[in-house]
Amino acid sequence: MIEQAVSRRHFLKVTSIAGGGLVLGFNMLTNAQPVKPVAGAVFSPNAYISIDANGLITLMSPNPEIGQGVKTALPMILAEELEVPWDKVAVEMAPLDQSKYGSQNAGGSGAVRTRYMPIRTAGATARQMLITAAAQQWGANEADCYAENAFVMHKPTGKKLSYGDLAAKAALLPVPTDVKLKDPKDFKIIGTRVHNIDNHKIITGQPLYGIDTRREGMLFASVAKPPAFGKALKSFDDTETRKVAGVKNVVSVPSRNLVAVLATSTWAAKKGRDALKVEWEDKSKLESTTEHTASFTELLSNKSDKPARNDGDVDAALTNTANKLVEAVYETPVLSHANMEPLNFFADVRDGKVELYGPTQVPANLRGDVSKALNIPQENITLGMPRQGGGFGRKLKTDNGVEAALISQAAKVPVQMLWMREDDMQGDFYRPSSMFKYRAAISPANEIVAWHINAAVLSGGRASNANGFPASGIANYRVDNHSLPTNIQTGPWRAPTSNSVAFADESFLDEIAHQMKKDPVTLRLEILDKAKNQPTGKGDYDVAKYKSVIDLVTQMSGWGKKKAPNVYQGIAAHFSFSTYAAHVAEVTKMKDGTLRVTKVYSAINCGRVVNQSGAETQVEGAIIDGLSHALFSKVTFDKGAVEQTNFHTYKFLRMKDAPIEVIVKFVPSEDPPTGLGEPGLPPIAPAVGNAIFAATGVRYRKLPFELGKV
Amino acid sequence: MASYKISVNNKLLTVDADADTPMLWVLRDHLNLVGTKFGCGIAQCGACTVHVDGYAVRSCQLKVASVGNSKITTIEGLSAEGTHPVQVAWSEVDVPQCGYCQSGQIMAAAALLKHNPNPTDDDIDNAMTNICRCGTHYRMRKAIHLAAKKGELVK
Repeated sequence: MIEQAVSRRHFLKVTSIAGGGLVLGFNMLTNAQPVKPVAGAVFSPNAYISIDANGLITLMSPNPEIGQGVKTALPMILAEELEVPWDKVAVEMAPLDQSKYGSQNAGGSGAVRTRYMPIRTAGATARQMLITAAAQQWGANEADCYAENAFVMHKPTGKKLSYGDLAAKAALLPVPTDVKLKDPKDFKIIGTRVHNIDNHKIITGQPLYGIDTRREGMLFASVAKPPAFGKALKSFDDTETRKVAGVKNVVSVPSRNLVAVLATSTWAAKKGRDALKVEWEDKSKLESTTEHTASFTELLSNKSDKPARNDGDVDAALTNTANKLVEAVYETPVLSHANMEPLNFFADVRDGKVELYGPTQVPANLRGDVSKALNIPQENITLGMPRQGGGFGRKLKTDNGVEAALISQAAKVPVQMLWMREDDMQGDFYRPSSMFKYRAAISPANEIVAWHINAAVLSGGRASNANGFPASGIANYRVDNHSLPTNIQTGPWRAPTSNSVAFADESFLDEIAHQMKKDPVTLRLEILDKAKNQPTGKGDYDVAKYKSVIDLVTQMSGWGKKKAPNVYQGIAAHFSFSTYAAHVAEVTKMKDGTLRVTKVYSAINCGRVVNQSGAETQVEGAIIDGLSHALFSKVTFDKGAVEQTNFHTYKFLRMKDAPIEVIVKFVPSEDPPTGLGEPGLPPIAPAVGNAIFAATGVRYRKLPFELGKV
Repeated sequence: MASYKISVNNKLLTVDADADTPMLWVLRDHLNLVGTKFGCGIAQCGACTVHVDGYAVRSCQLKVASVGNSKITTIEGLSAEGTHPVQVAWSEVDVPQCGYCQSGQIMAAAALLKHNPNPTDDDIDNAMTNICRCGTHYRMRKAIHLAAKKGELVK
């Protein structure tokens, strides 16, 4: 029965018990039948791995899963070093315990790249101990034993013992500190195509997400929050709200400017919320986007006091009349994260204890912030991490969890706080808008001899990168960054800074290439050659790796070769999160006169690929996400209020606008893995903008493109 | 508050709810069928897509009082064990990223294939209007074509 169980990892249910061991349940979809706890010792040499006497192998995935695939990729790395077949393991979300698991965050495209070596070591340690246990049992030499397919084999005799048989003995051994990692040439799982571990649950609609939490006695909470940045709660009248059927309570949390309506259903809570009469008062300036734009322009009329980079003398080169001057201004809008799963959290605050369950990219921060807000010690707070309906940086902020906990504390009942889409879109920590003013000088020898970027961003963001490409490849190079103070909430959004500056840099470079009458690929290769052979200062990128993705995407896309008469290509590249990405976008002039991005080629150098399928989906997704925002999305403010309150005005790409094909290839690499959740996004907007220019001769310098008919 | 008898996943169920309660919330909060997701509440995103008499409908705009004798199918009722050709194709193509919008996408794709067993790319463009924030569109298109093939094999 257990043999059957372990071969069907979808159906395994694991619940933790006291003492660090594990009880395994067998949860068939149609006919749930609990099995008895397994007798005997559990081998668990570290927090990531446990193997019971029946050979059931459970791997813990430590980082929040927001769609970036770490709940699949990290256990793959463990399974690789442990020498167990992927279809014989059960994967579970680890509890929040940073003393055991280290930093448990989802951000900075960091999970795989920071955990690759530690997790390999954890897997190899367990494998080594199982080998030692077997050798001892046989009285054999460890050097004659090896692990394979969840067995330890004795080479001279062909004897074998299963990991389950060895679990009890291995559990008694000391944990070695100097284990040998596998030679990558022997990898059986890393680098293969493994599907999302939760696919079956997702496609059958099982309760996986924070929003799906249902508990005994739980009420649904809907909240009223200020309608504009700069406004605060003054007073409220809940007379009408309390008449709504299903409404049980109304509480306010003045410190967070919110009023919460608690009801027996989400619909009743929302109706109650809508029936509130709330008075808001102005507390600070009510800002508008038009003012931000004007302030950016004003800021960019001067350089900054302290340039972020200043090679040579840009002004001398720019004013040299022998050189040709190219100038352009680029703009990117405020964006919302708009996770498909609107912000929510479950909180049960009772008797000085707190139970939290919900979507967060920073569970430890969230628990810490709840502790401070409620004045309850962290050890009295538990936090569970469900699968999450997106992240994109929004849940690096902890407001959803803190507010749910404050509401539960005030109402003294377990609550699920759920934001309506309008609340989510008006209460974001937005991707800040920015403006980039470029000046470049082209010498009589047709080389770029000066590049000046003067950039401004709403405060909370960094306007531009000081040392990114093409820095180091141009003799006179200056970067000025400005920040505009604001009371609009801003925060990280998938590939912060890169998501704006790559559009500006790579579009401007394309403009220059056309001015120089050079092929945009040739120009990039010339700059890279300069950065390699005659560098000016240091760039933050590796020239050979940067070139590797440009070479590969050029080859993949047939760059420069004849296309169908209505198909046009644009190229762009960017380096972020230690990963190199280059895209060629193909824009097709459709019969009805519209432009459509029909195909995207992408070359990525991210070190060793752990999960081929997961890695491709991250890049495909980043491309489509970036394209969607490039074509359609923007948030604007009028007197502090967000003008796009839902998806009728905050627009996303639909299937009819999506590329028919997205072809992703990875540069073969023996290097450790680098980031992959974010780096595919930045270069798509400029690749598309450059393709649009190729198709139409019109340069789009402002996002979103909002293309009409050509 | 009134009492409604509605057919969900081939079961006749009684629900006590206000007449204006959207089926989305009846499913999620009254019947604990949480596979149908909330995304926008204004029929823009399609995360709440269910089948009403075999057609894809955004359940956030379907009031419980107007369901009548129509048969509602949710992701939980599309197949007993996830073996509908669309579900199988979704798994084989490894479509989901965060997965949140996917039940709505699968319901939209299943309705498309029911009425158009071998859709062209244009047909897919026109029928698949749900939002996916992770950008799984390329794989969804592949999975729909694969499911169409699988559907033919079944016949």
